[in-house]
Amino acid sequence: MAEKAENIEAELTEEKKLENLVQFLSFTLGDEEYGVDILRVQEIRSWEPVSRIPNVPSYEKGVVNLRGAIVPIIDLRERFGLGHLEYSPLTVVVVLQTLTELGQARTMGVVVDSVSDVIDVDKKTIQDAPNFGTKVSTEFINGLASVKDRMVMLLDVGKLLKIDTLDDEDENT
Amino acid sequence: MSIDMAQFHQVFFEESFEGLDIMETGLLNLDMGDVDAEDINTIFRAAHSIKGGSGTFGFTAVSDFTHVMETLLDEMRDGRRQVTQPAVDVLLGSVDCLKEMLAAIQDEQEVDVARVAEYKKALEIELNGRELEEVVTNEASKLSTIESDKVDNGNNIWRIAFSPHTNLLKTGNDPVRMFRELASLGKLTTTVDFQGVPDFYDLDPEECHLSWNLELVGDVSESDISDVFDWVEDECDMAIQLITDPVENDNSTFTEEQSIEVVPTKEVKTEPANKEISPTVAKPSKKAAAKTSSSIRVDTGKIDTLINMVGELVITQSMLSLVGEQFEMNKLDQLKNGLSQLDRHTRELQESVMNIRMLPISFVFSRFPRLVHDLSSKLDKKIELVMVGEHTEVDKTVVELLSDPLVHLVRNSLDHGIEMPADRMAAGKPETGTITLEAYHRGGNIVIEVKDDGKGLNKDVLRAKAIEKGLIDEDANLTDKQTYELIFMAGFSTAEKLTDVSGRGVGMDVVRRNIQSLGGNIEIISELGKGSTIAIHLPLTLAIMDGQSIAVGDERFIIPLGSIIESINIKESMINRVAGRGETFRLRDEYLPIVRMHEIFDVKTAQATKLTDGLVVVVDGQGMRCGLFIDDLLGQQQVVIKSLEANYRKVEGVSGATILGDGSVALILDIPGLVRLSNQ
Repeated sequence: MAEKAENIEAELTEEKKLENLVQFLSFTLGDEEYGVDILRVQEIRSWEPVSRIPNVPSYEKGVVNLRGAIVPIIDLRERFGLGHLEYSPLTVVVVLQTLTELGQARTMGVVVDSVSDVIDVDKKTIQDAPNFGTKVSTEFINGLASVKDRMVMLLDVGKLLKIDTLDDEDENT
Repeated sequence: MSIDMAQFHQVFFEESFEGLDIMETGLLNLDMGDVDAEDINTIFRAAHSIKGGSGTFGFTAVSDFTHVMETLLDEMRDGRRQVTQPAVDVLLGSVDCLKEMLAAIQDEQEVDVARVAEYKKALEIELNGRELEEVVTNEASKLSTIESDKVDNGNNIWRIAFSPHTNLLKTGNDPVRMFRELASLGKLTTTVDFQGVPDFYDLDPEECHLSWNLELVGDVSESDISDVFDWVEDECDMAIQLITDPVENDNSTFTEEQSIEVVPTKEVKTEPANKEISPTVAKPSKKAAAKTSSSIRVDTGKIDTLINMVGELVITQSMLSLVGEQFEMNKLDQLKNGLSQLDRHTRELQESVMNIRMLPISFVFSRFPRLVHDLSSKLDKKIELVMVGEHTEVDKTVVELLSDPLVHLVRNSLDHGIEMPADRMAAGKPETGTITLEAYHRGGNIVIEVKDDGKGLNKDVLRAKAIEKGLIDEDANLTDKQTYELIFMAGFSTAEKLTDVSGRGVGMDVVRRNIQSLGGNIEIISELGKGSTIAIHLPLTLAIMDGQSIAVGDERFIIPLGSIIESINIKESMINRVAGRGETFRLRDEYLPIVRMHEIFDVKTAQATKLTDGLVVVVDGQGMRCGLFIDDLLGQQQVVIKSLEANYRKVEGVSGATILGDGSVALILDIPGLVRLSNQ
């Protein structure tokens, strides 16, 4: 009986843990490891040539045809000021999706070095992003999580995808 | 068994609105002198289905309201009642009211009860006005109706004996539902009689062996009760008996005065409607998201064509794969044949798919008979509306965006164009003015004309007005066309006094902007005293256009074919450089600025950097001409326009993007934007 009770208790705590778990897709840029909410990831593709858009910042690589939709591709390395890496067939594009305030879905591809893992992170263990001296501007960082002694920076996909509209506003003013 | 009725609501609303449109058109087409029974029948049928539908879905306010309309129409149909203009007007008003009610229910908002009551009263006055006459002629037969109406305002006690036949349940009727409906009319007491129930072993659960004695207290008329049992009339034995204060009943002789009172007492009936609406309204609006999805009604013929096309495509595909399986060089002809077939079928398929989005322009036109009818009576003008080419098809988006500008133009014609009947007679014109709405295809465009035979635009007045408003200089030299176009300037209005119809001067500039944003243009032809015509030219579709693909370095761009005037190789002698910045070239006595595409779009791979090496495409963007300097012209093709903004943002000099045959993306150039960009 006691054993059974223990089992149930164990199951309960397990469940509790699951409730708090959030899954992130982690990827690397140089030596740094980043994560995005896995529910925001639509698909992972390999790099393919883009159609360049004139007169935009260099990290906005251009647009591709994603099954009939025109989707912009952003180089995260360049966006975060980590320098440029030559694209190879092994370069990965993570296609992310978010909803705008108007309720429309926005899709965007981000170029990363490589995709590493799907990690489970307990919500409670996520630390706020400190104002520390990474090369990355902390505005896109939602928090920090440590997974197996590695630090993963969790990115706010909504803010990441809003880059464009923000720039747009700047242009207008 | 419970079915979620909500899933059918959308269909009900769509059908109801369609029904209302039918009623409206029907009513407007009624010819007072000689009424066609079939026309009335059509209107009646539409009203009847709305009543039936709303009853089924529990929108009692709507079904009650429609019921009154239906009664009126029914009498018209049977020839028991003259079709008069006031009656038709009341019915038209009621159609509007119903539209509002349905829209309110659809949006899950409060129904304007006061307005509904007002229309209902108008209908009932119309209806009962006749009853009075009939009471005189046929008093005896009407007595009972009046009696039941008469006692409406009191709290009556009705005793209903209801014993359904055993097969009642099998026909899908549920007594409990009927009782619930009764209970909504007043205070209901039910007594059930089990005596008919057989032994348990003999009992068939699908049979109904119960009977009921019901007592209903409330201000209910007999017809309200029998309405509840309408569906089961043939499947039950029923008796409805009124037990109420005898004073009213003693009043056995009805005089005309007394029956007049019927009219106000009927009003009371609207109150239950009021109560019944609230539960519908109180529903939480969870479905808000579902409502935003727009749908399109497609002609079955178009779908059949589409299916045929797909069938052909499948056949071609299987033929090609057969060739491919065991390919030998002598089958090359077969392969080529198949490929050309495939090409043809794909194109046809594309055409028929695009065709699905095409709607006849009558979707926009259909609202105008009503508009003209209402406005002309408001303005005391006599106007006939002629519509030509309502079946001309345009893209759905164009149809949707076109309706507001067109309403504006028609209102303007009505208000400013057509003169008062007396003035028309004096001018030797027929008393009745004519407004013609005409739609036709011309080239890749659709042309819509709003034509009136009114007084036309007075150039002098326009000019004076524009000077007064400071829109032009006093000594400005304007052509006729330019003068007419003054009315498109913001803040311009020629109406001497403002009416609620038009004349606020905010209209025409918005109209023109709307039309231009659709990629069209608008022009005015007018003759003083004879009338004016406003013609709108629009592209047939916004989704596809003819494009010219060009190369700059290793990048491909699309220029809208419509904006290309010509392409030329220029010679050194034609080029002029303007004070260090900017280049122009001379083309037949005209100096045009040169826009170097590779510079403006920063294409590093461009082959031609010397003007004489490449090509210059002369383009026209909203009246501004310039020469685009590019490497090469590639080919013409139809391109499907995709939005860049959906996932990205607006890019200067680019109006959209398209996907080329090889799957890559090409940007579509925005010519006016490019001209602006090059000036910076």
